Amino acid sequence: MRREWCGILVAALLLALAPVGVCAQEQVFRINNTAEPESLDPGIVTGVPEHRILSNLFEGLTTTDPKDLSPRPGMAASWTLSRDGLVYTFALRDARWTDGKPVTAHDFLYAWERVLNPKTGAKYAQQLYYLKNGEEYNKGRLTDFTQVGVKALDAKSLRVTLRCPTAYFLDLTSFFTLYPVPRWAIEAHGKDWVKTGKIVSNGPFRLVSWVPQKELVLEKNPQHWDAATVKLQKVVFLPTDDINTAYKQFLAGDSDWLPTVPAAQIESARSRPEHYVSPYLGTYYFRFNVTKAPVSDVRVRKALSLAVDRELLTKFVTKSGEIPYASFVPGGLRGYEGGMGSGFDAVVAKKLLAEAGYPDGKGFPRVELLYNTSDLHRVITQAVQQMWKEQLGIHVDLVNLEWKVYLARQGSLDYQIARAGWIGDYVDPNTFLDLWVTGGGNNQTAWSSKRYDDLIGQAACKLVNAKDRMRALQVAERLLLEEAPILPLFTYVNKGMLSRRVKGWYPNILDLHPLKFISLER
Amino acid sequence: MFSFILRRVAGFIPVLFVIVSLSFFVMRLAPGGPFDQDRALPEQVRANIEARYHLDEPLWTQYFRYLGDVTRGDLGPSFRYPDRSVNELLGLGFPVSLLLGSCAMTVALLAGGTAGLLAGVRRNSLVDYLTMSLALGGVSVPNFVLGPILMLIFALGLGWLPVAGWGTWRHLILPSLTLGAFYAAYVARLMRAGMLEVIGQDFIRTARAKGLREAAVVLRHALPSAILPVVTYLGPASAAVLTGSVVIETIFSIPGIGRYFVGAALNRDYTLVLGTVVSYSVLLLSLNLAVDVLYAWLDPRVQIR
Repeated sequence: MRREWCGILVAALLLALAPVGVCAQEQVFRINNTAEPESLDPGIVTGVPEHRILSNLFEGLTTTDPKDLSPRPGMAASWTLSRDGLVYTFALRDARWTDGKPVTAHDFLYAWERVLNPKTGAKYAQQLYYLKNGEEYNKGRLTDFTQVGVKALDAKSLRVTLRCPTAYFLDLTSFFTLYPVPRWAIEAHGKDWVKTGKIVSNGPFRLVSWVPQKELVLEKNPQHWDAATVKLQKVVFLPTDDINTAYKQFLAGDSDWLPTVPAAQIESARSRPEHYVSPYLGTYYFRFNVTKAPVSDVRVRKALSLAVDRELLTKFVTKSGEIPYASFVPGGLRGYEGGMGSGFDAVVAKKLLAEAGYPDGKGFPRVELLYNTSDLHRVITQAVQQMWKEQLGIHVDLVNLEWKVYLARQGSLDYQIARAGWIGDYVDPNTFLDLWVTGGGNNQTAWSSKRYDDLIGQAACKLVNAKDRMRALQVAERLLLEEAPILPLFTYVNKGMLSRRVKGWYPNILDLHPLKFISLER
Repeated sequence: MFSFILRRVAGFIPVLFVIVSLSFFVMRLAPGGPFDQDRALPEQVRANIEARYHLDEPLWTQYFRYLGDVTRGDLGPSFRYPDRSVNELLGLGFPVSLLLGSCAMTVALLAGGTAGLLAGVRRNSLVDYLTMSLALGGVSVPNFVLGPILMLIFALGLGWLPVAGWGTWRHLILPSLTLGAFYAAYVARLMRAGMLEVIGQDFIRTARAKGLREAAVVLRHALPSAILPVVTYLGPASAAVLTGSVVIETIFSIPGIGRYFVGAALNRDYTLVLGTVVSYSVLLLSLNLAVDVLYAWLDPRVQIR
């Protein structure tokens, strides 16, 4: 009798403990990555979905602080910078690749040569143009790589010589284009080296499986130097590209993080506790083609800009907490005082338009505003079209284009006004302002100013003092807004859904969330 | 019979040639290219990438190179997914699309066939009215509306099935129903019409006069003739199910070739688009052939020469 009771008691205890045990070890984080990664090769990829995976699969010289995004030691345990701000010497820590080989300075040398080598065709090679002679080597003007500013002094020290003092270089070393890659694996497997079973990586997580359009699974890499920090056992990336479905998957509990919200569901999402909104390092704006009348006239461009009520636009049209903004460099960058653009002023707008020869919009020629297919772009351009009609009495035709057609028409300057957006690559005003230099690949407005180019050039190379540099950039932005080849509308926000059991996830302006700091509460 | 099939298969070659050629040039007419992106590439980098994929060559050279590759069974590299070849991507996606398509067809034939049969046998009864109104609904509601509604009810509301994804039999149910619904409705109407036409004929009366049970009369005597319109419809239906799965695969996030078809066209991933077009074409041609053979087998009046 007593023995029976004992057995029942033990069984009950086991039953009571079993779920606790299971839950405690189940640290599986599921991310809706919104697209199938194009590749897992750090030297090749360019996109955000790839970044979310690669920043956990590999590790650069530095890593990113999850809260303020400042550089932290990664593969480099420490570094020194020469007094002229040009030479970094990185001391590498004892770290290993997933196949047990040590990570050496030669792995970085190999990876950076590979990115800069014109034969590789790396789309983000510009990320290494900060190195001395990096651009020359990539453009084929120089074939001797030993003249490029990177050297392996020995297996554990890497010396990097920059072209100009670059205040944000340590931010760039945590970016995927600058990650080390395993030469032996690439030489053995060719382009197959990134696939399951072949890939060799050095990050806090390693690849378990990758089935295109189905899922990609990472697991904790126990060999990583900082494995003690890593709490997640497994991370699943879902490539659901239909965001309405992705939203439903989140609601059903199939994913823990959805980094976007469908435009039609904003109201419903905002009523949920899992919804989050935070500023993003990006500007939503319109481009003007300054070679085409009537927007070739700066008065017309400014009139169009002043006639837009950005507060109204973000409050009633975009509705997700976007920040109305009439300048190009987003607010909140350390040491930079932006926000000098002028907001809504219908009176001045009318006056400028009359001066340009179109009093009350009379005689204003046919103008087209291009946008690429998306619900959000449609409603925004419609709202602006309406504002221009009400405030200035002019009519603008909206033209909806498929993405590649839209890109082609902007690139070949076959447009008058086009919507656009720019997301910063690193936390510095330069990533926004160097767009507009004469002949810049992303300028696409045909706007050109010698003085502007000079200011950007000085800030990039001549001004070592941080204050002087920021001041030059500020003057440049003021000039840009004065000439108005662009019409900034608002600062983007990160908006998405995050399960309430996720801990160690901090909102930040690059929307970067290193998985090594994330854990799940029961 | 064998020589008939052989002749038909030989006939595929010129058809495929025309399809490949047309698609090749039409694809190139679309503005923009595979390497246009929102962040402009430096000239040199762009030139190097284009040279790697032979996009710098004259269009005719590219065309003949592609034809040569295709005849050898090599559909080329994907521009969008540089680690993978088109063969590899289609190899992964094809079984998935095929499984989804077969399940949807099974749904269509079983549900539609049974409903049509009952409605035909019990003409103007409650069963008839009920199934025919359901069928009307099935034909009228587009799958991109039905899919999300089923998702809302069975995945979010009741929590019985996963919202989307792939991997287990539970993932198959909602997409198969969504994809099969339209065809089930159509099959039901065809089946009912076929049944009505056959059931009044002399040989059925003879069968009944012999004293056979009603079930035997319907299933053994009426069905083979009544089902012929459905069989004729099988070819175009299978084709439509397979190409229609493009929408379903996107909504339900299923890793089939439909996903690649849409994505590749938008990305100007020329080789991947052509690869999916070629696979779809081969599939459609074979399905049509299969239906012809099946038809001859079911209807003794049709002869294959």
